[in-house]
Amino acid sequence: MSTVDERKQLIQEVLEAYPEKAQKRRQKHLNVYEEGKSDCGVKSNVKSVPGVMTTRGCAYAGAKGVVWGPVKDMIHISHGPVGCGYYSWSGRRNYYIGTTGIDTFGTMQFTSDFQERDIVFGGDKKLAKLIDELEVLFPLSQGTTIESECPIGLIGDDIEAVARKKAKETEKPVIPVRCEGFRGVSQSLGHHIANDTVRDWVLPKADEYRKLPEGFEPSPYDVNIIGDYNIGGDAWPSRMLLEEMGLRVISQFSGDGTFNETVMTPLAKINLIHCYRSMNYICRHMEEKYGIPWLEYNFFGPTQIAESLRNIAAQFDETIQAKAEAVIAKYQPLMDEILEKFLPRLKDKEVMMMVGGLRPRHVIPAFQDLGMKVVGTGYEFGHGDDYKRTTHYTDDATVIYDDVSGFEFEELAKQMKPDLIAAGIKEKYVFQKMGLPFRQMHSWDYSGPYHGYHGFAVFARDMDMAINNPTWGLVNAPWEKEEE
Amino acid sequence: MRQIAFYGKGGIGKSTTSQNTIAALSETMRVMIVGCDPKADSTRLMLHSKAQTTILSLAAERGAVEDLEIDEVLLTGYNNVRCVESGGPEPGVGCAGRGIITAINFLEEEGAYEDLDLVSYDVLGDVVCGGFAMPIREGKAQEIYIVTSGEMMAMYAANNIARGILKYAHSGGVRLGGLICNSRKVDREVELIEELARRLGTQMIHFVPRDNVVQRAELRRMTVIEYEPDHPQAQEYRELARKIEHNTNLVIPTPITMDELEELLVDFGMMDSDEEYMKAIAADKARKAAEEAAAAAV
Repeated sequence: MSTVDERKQLIQEVLEAYPEKAQKRRQKHLNVYEEGKSDCGVKSNVKSVPGVMTTRGCAYAGAKGVVWGPVKDMIHISHGPVGCGYYSWSGRRNYYIGTTGIDTFGTMQFTSDFQERDIVFGGDKKLAKLIDELEVLFPLSQGTTIESECPIGLIGDDIEAVARKKAKETEKPVIPVRCEGFRGVSQSLGHHIANDTVRDWVLPKADEYRKLPEGFEPSPYDVNIIGDYNIGGDAWPSRMLLEEMGLRVISQFSGDGTFNETVMTPLAKINLIHCYRSMNYICRHMEEKYGIPWLEYNFFGPTQIAESLRNIAAQFDETIQAKAEAVIAKYQPLMDEILEKFLPRLKDKEVMMMVGGLRPRHVIPAFQDLGMKVVGTGYEFGHGDDYKRTTHYTDDATVIYDDVSGFEFEELAKQMKPDLIAAGIKEKYVFQKMGLPFRQMHSWDYSGPYHGYHGFAVFARDMDMAINNPTWGLVNAPWEKEEE
Repeated sequence: MRQIAFYGKGGIGKSTTSQNTIAALSETMRVMIVGCDPKADSTRLMLHSKAQTTILSLAAERGAVEDLEIDEVLLTGYNNVRCVESGGPEPGVGCAGRGIITAINFLEEEGAYEDLDLVSYDVLGDVVCGGFAMPIREGKAQEIYIVTSGEMMAMYAANNIARGILKYAHSGGVRLGGLICNSRKVDREVELIEELARRLGTQMIHFVPRDNVVQRAELRRMTVIEYEPDHPQAQEYRELARKIEHNTNLVIPTPITMDELEELLVDFGMMDSDEEYMKAIAADKARKAAEEAAAAAV
């Protein structure tokens, strides 16, 4: 039996544990990629099956946690009861440069802390007061976003009216984001909603809001970095490479970005987009409205970095193309050094991945550069276009699982016995208790950056540290006592 | 302790009927009225006041419902009837339904339900959301009286309320006690409401005739029982009170479909049938065509 057939059979075995109806629904989300096909053959972006453990988040998480949260010099209000704000405090390790509490607010948390009376009588007045108080406390903030939590949508508060009024009074942008958690099937809709607020509330007034840097002259090499959230500092080595090849990054949206950078975006010649899932909407809008083209790139692992640098350079003139080659050549020795050290230690190790926006496909080549093999991958909240793009990276017989449940992931891992699981915090301890090396692929396990050549050095070290950690050999179950 | 609730379409005379009935009941029982309407007009005939301090308005002022004392909102009105109003937000903001839940929880926690024979809830309009169903959920009102009249929309509302009762009848044990017809002097009103009651599986518990003494008493912020205790209208309310006190006909309602309700209205001449509707439309069309033809001829 071929590996593809074996793994298809394995999926059937896993599914057998489900009741008929759940089995029928989950069946459509699990498949095995077959070489040459243009699609992964899974259904996606539909409601999770009730009763199974899903790792998905909500629209609020997508809007506040992902898209708006990293804009560092704005105040992002978690509007509603305190829990959503408290548990999203500090964001997603979106690093930034600035003085927190003075001109930047990334790791701070602001909430309207709804009480029963705010539900009964409406919270608009409280919101208005909150914005007034924040203006006094943090006069250097460059604006406010209001991220609605569930109750706001239920009681019909008019946060748009508050936003308009306060924007006028403070002469700063105040952006209402209708990202109530019950909307949509995952955080994905939150990304879309947040993108739409940029389209509707920010870009139409971009000329008015924009403060051009002193002596700013437009250049044919102006680019935006879109959809790099600077987790563990990811955007920094990325930006360095782009600058080394002669481009000028005029905006990072949103990792380590400012509001002014957000309104600088229409001035760029091209949008370079890393996380397609969460930011393709605004790129498409800018293409339609301003004629700015957009290009996806992948800065995980030297193979893809080089390919991406060449693709980006191809959009510009020969000087840039020559410089791109110089950049690739410059870092080659560093890459050789890394591979020399880690490839023998990681060669042929197998990985199962399960992450969010772009990583289930983008990280595959970085593992491959280290001689490793990704035998399974899947998205929390991917759409059909993500799975199409995934085929570009996957090998024959890769198991594909969409919105995988806790049970499915565990069972698949038990049978496929990978050397590493690369997923999120909710899965981490389950697999570590199974004695499986694990790396978090959302937060980089408090490490990073992983983007760019500098990031690959960290990535290689971290994967080696997990897989070749002697700890796993020392773990004994209590019932497996050593013979005396 | 019995707990009853009055429901019905807004403007049907629900608060007036319920307060007059409670005033009569208070002659033999210890009663508390819980007003569940943001307008807070369920107790004014008892208290002779325009508007009573409500639980929620005071809670909003103080910060939280925990900052209130029960004595501040639980007042004593006519014939020692205890009166409390939940209150709620101004129209168009917030969540009145949640307000009712908050208010009733507060009353329970503060022991407002002690030493009573009867609690009566007066609930606004229709059962539009879960909050307005609070008084009929588990452990609250066990008997519902729907105030209605022979008017079409009042009957629609009555049927909707019956659907709400049915929803909670199996989980919480709430029952429909009957329809109270508060007369609007519509033709064949008694027969119509009796027929609706029959279809819903219940009774028309009483027919309250229309009398101007009700308005005269209201002008003085009084019930008829208090204003003219010997008036025949006061006797009507006493009769309704007596029937409620001894009511054993408590049922799980059998709400009817919209089609059935409309048929009923057609049968009683409240509404024209589909045939007549088609006829009228056809007549309009024919007339228009004739006019156009005449215009073309000129």
